[in-house]
Amino acid sequence: MPDHIRELVRGMLNGSQNSLAQLISLVENDEWKVDDILDKDRLALREIWRLGITGPPGAGKSTLVTGLVKEIRGKGLSVGIIAVDPSSAVSGGAVLGDRIRMQQYFLDRKVFIRSVTTRGSYGGLSKSIPDIIRLLEAFGKDIIMVETAGVGQSEVAIKGMVDTVIVVLTPEGGDSIQFMKAGLIEIADIVVVNKSDRVSSDIFASEIMGVLSINRKTGWQVPVINTQAINGIGIESLYQEIEKHQKFLEMTRPGSSNMKS
Amino acid sequence: MKERERPIRILIAKPGLDGHDRGAKALTLALRDKGMEVIYTGIRQTPESIVQTAIQEDVEVVGLSSLAGAHNYHFPRVAELLAEGGNSDVLIIGGGIISEEDVASLKEKGIKEIFGPGARTEDIVNFIRQNVKRGGGQK
Repeated sequence: MPDHIRELVRGMLNGSQNSLAQLISLVENDEWKVDDILDKDRLALREIWRLGITGPPGAGKSTLVTGLVKEIRGKGLSVGIIAVDPSSAVSGGAVLGDRIRMQQYFLDRKVFIRSVTTRGSYGGLSKSIPDIIRLLEAFGKDIIMVETAGVGQSEVAIKGMVDTVIVVLTPEGGDSIQFMKAGLIEIADIVVVNKSDRVSSDIFASEIMGVLSINRKTGWQVPVINTQAINGIGIESLYQEIEKHQKFLEMTRPGSSNMKS
Repeated sequence: MKERERPIRILIAKPGLDGHDRGAKALTLALRDKGMEVIYTGIRQTPESIVQTAIQEDVEVVGLSSLAGAHNYHFPRVAELLAEGGNSDVLIIGGGIISEEDVASLKEKGIKEIFGPGARTEDIVNFIRQNVKRGGGQK
């Protein structure tokens, strides 16, 4: 490993945001793999929680993430956010605008936000996301949130990268047949109906709940939470559901003494 | 190192109490169409928040827009804070309504170029490409 990389890793482990940011660029640009620059033992030691937030464009993912940051910071925990926006298929360029919703945390040293473009990957993600998650873990973040680019029905790659998947929808999302189809709703650990002040939001939420209740597989009943992210309404309940899901996974994890036989 | 050229990352920000963001948005779109990754943080930013964003996003370029007259404070302060954090290699450019006298003094304080009304996007893009110094993670 060249000296300047070694120096960046040392800087990052000592808490330098500058070094972390530059290492993220290196893995994003495919110049280095995390496996080649980080000691593996270092990563296994800490308990961190990874959340994925996904859903169609404009559903309120960034605003919801910002609301969750407030909850997380209120508990004294630190957080890393990876916000993905699409690259242009025409020019390769991108406009990264998720940060704009998160302005109140720009100067909070316990909040690290990084905007990432898809750079030709599908699923509302970029192929460097797992490596960026690991860098944020090594940096010492307690919770990591990955906000995908806006997705449609079949972008489910986030599932394998995080512990809890939150699917954010709005009341215009369709009827119960839409949620019986395979795809996005299948990977949800928690469903959020955002903009719940809109007309027929209750009917929409109960249609989703109806479909989810006849398709229980893992023993986890997927909750449907109504939120108005922009007014901070429902975020606390959402965070409680995240904590419940975390406990559920810990209980049912192979090797856990509480595991159901 | 990969063969494919990596996109230039640039932060477009509006410091101070200035709500006129049409120019900043137009430039953001133009740079996107030229293959750059543009982080846009919107209006009413402070130099501190701009620099913090520039660091976390590891941008190579910061573009500041001001049409409200406070550029003589905000622009140099961004340059100062970037330098304090060891990021003096980030290219800083500015735009907006800025007098010729001010342009000269801003250039002395680390703002590499100022683009006023009527500046062509091609010129801005070419200037960025020719003057950008660091490449993602490597100083």
